[in-house]
Amino acid sequence: MNSDRRDFVLTAGKLLLLTAPAAAYLEAVESGKAEEPAYKTFEHYWGMIVDIEKCIGCGNCVRACKVENDVPLEPYFFRTWVERYHVEGAGEHPDVDSPDGGYNGFPEKYAAGDGAKSFFVPKLCNQCAHSPCTQVCPVGATFESPDGAVLVDKTYCLGCRYCVQACPYGCRFIDPRTNTVDKCNLCYHRITKGLTTACCESCPTGARQLVDLKDARDPVHEFLRTHKVHVLKPQMATGSKVFYNALDGSVR
Amino acid sequence: MNRFLKDKEHLFRMAALFAAGVVLFLIVRAVLVPKGFGVYGHYRAGALADNRVRAPRFAGRAACIECHTDEGDRLKGGKHAGVGCEACHGALAKHAADPSSLKPTKPDSKTLCQTCHLMNVAKPAKFPQIDPKSHMDGGPCLTCHDQHAPDKEPKK
Repeated sequence: MNSDRRDFVLTAGKLLLLTAPAAAYLEAVESGKAEEPAYKTFEHYWGMIVDIEKCIGCGNCVRACKVENDVPLEPYFFRTWVERYHVEGAGEHPDVDSPDGGYNGFPEKYAAGDGAKSFFVPKLCNQCAHSPCTQVCPVGATFESPDGAVLVDKTYCLGCRYCVQACPYGCRFIDPRTNTVDKCNLCYHRITKGLTTACCESCPTGARQLVDLKDARDPVHEFLRTHKVHVLKPQMATGSKVFYNALDGSVR
Repeated sequence: MNRFLKDKEHLFRMAALFAAGVVLFLIVRAVLVPKGFGVYGHYRAGALADNRVRAPRFAGRAACIECHTDEGDRLKGGKHAGVGCEACHGALAKHAADPSSLKPTKPDSKTLCQTCHLMNVAKPAKFPQIDPKSHMDGGPCLTCHDQHAPDKEPKK
């Protein structure tokens, strides 16, 4: 009897160890594509740092994103855009503008020394860990990937627009060519190949940094310890993974 | 016992109907639910791979420096050391894959420099900004500045 139980535990233990590779193999077989050995989905957890104090509003990120991701050029389709805030005083409603999403930069609008503070805020999908947009999708066409990017399954999206309304940050749009939803996917085709995102690649001041929260050597951990960072709309409890340094309270 | 089973005919009919219903459900489910759905969560596992297939259009700094080592060295330690090559030169993955297929055009320095360095009150105060009206009468930037190392001696 005792040896039976011992055998059972040993066998069960071996089977348990095999579960993860078996699941990975199953996924590779079922998706019809072999897993690229270089990229291990479960060893990454992506996010981004946006440093307001470094953003100069040049619009490089907006232009680069449109090129890289084939975003329609009309000035109301954006995966990322830049806003300019002008805050006259504490508690005052801020004056916000974003001409063409910052695609052509920001023509000077305010006089120097007018007693108000002015700054740029780059916006993109916040890659929420508990994102409202994925929760409302009726068909499971948008989801939080195991490596922390919120992705869209274009072949499965109905174009029902629920997620567009659910996103508290306004980060989604319906691509008029396919009638399916599109959004920043953190350049998933790039970051899985070891490159950084197109916006980070072309940001001249390093105001945007792609970060891997699971990589112990990523400078993000040092940055988050030594800087006063904030996420957008923390009251929504979205688990945003885009951390803003020096974010003003007026930013929504 | 016989008393319960004397009208068993209708029970079999019900059971057969139920079995047919289950089979129909399984068939419809197999047809409608895509492959790999539910492996990681409430989505198609293959969508991860779908999101990865697209070819990058920005080659990335490392690819540029592989050939253009001189410019890479020039950038080092200068004020533009942190600026990616394609931030100014545009997306050039095509050129990086096959240099002869696409010859990059030289950016117009004046418009390009001003994209970043034009005066704007919303820019961080410590960022170098100029007003072209009062800065060298709006003359060409590269007469005095080296675009790749603006704080070093201009390259002859």
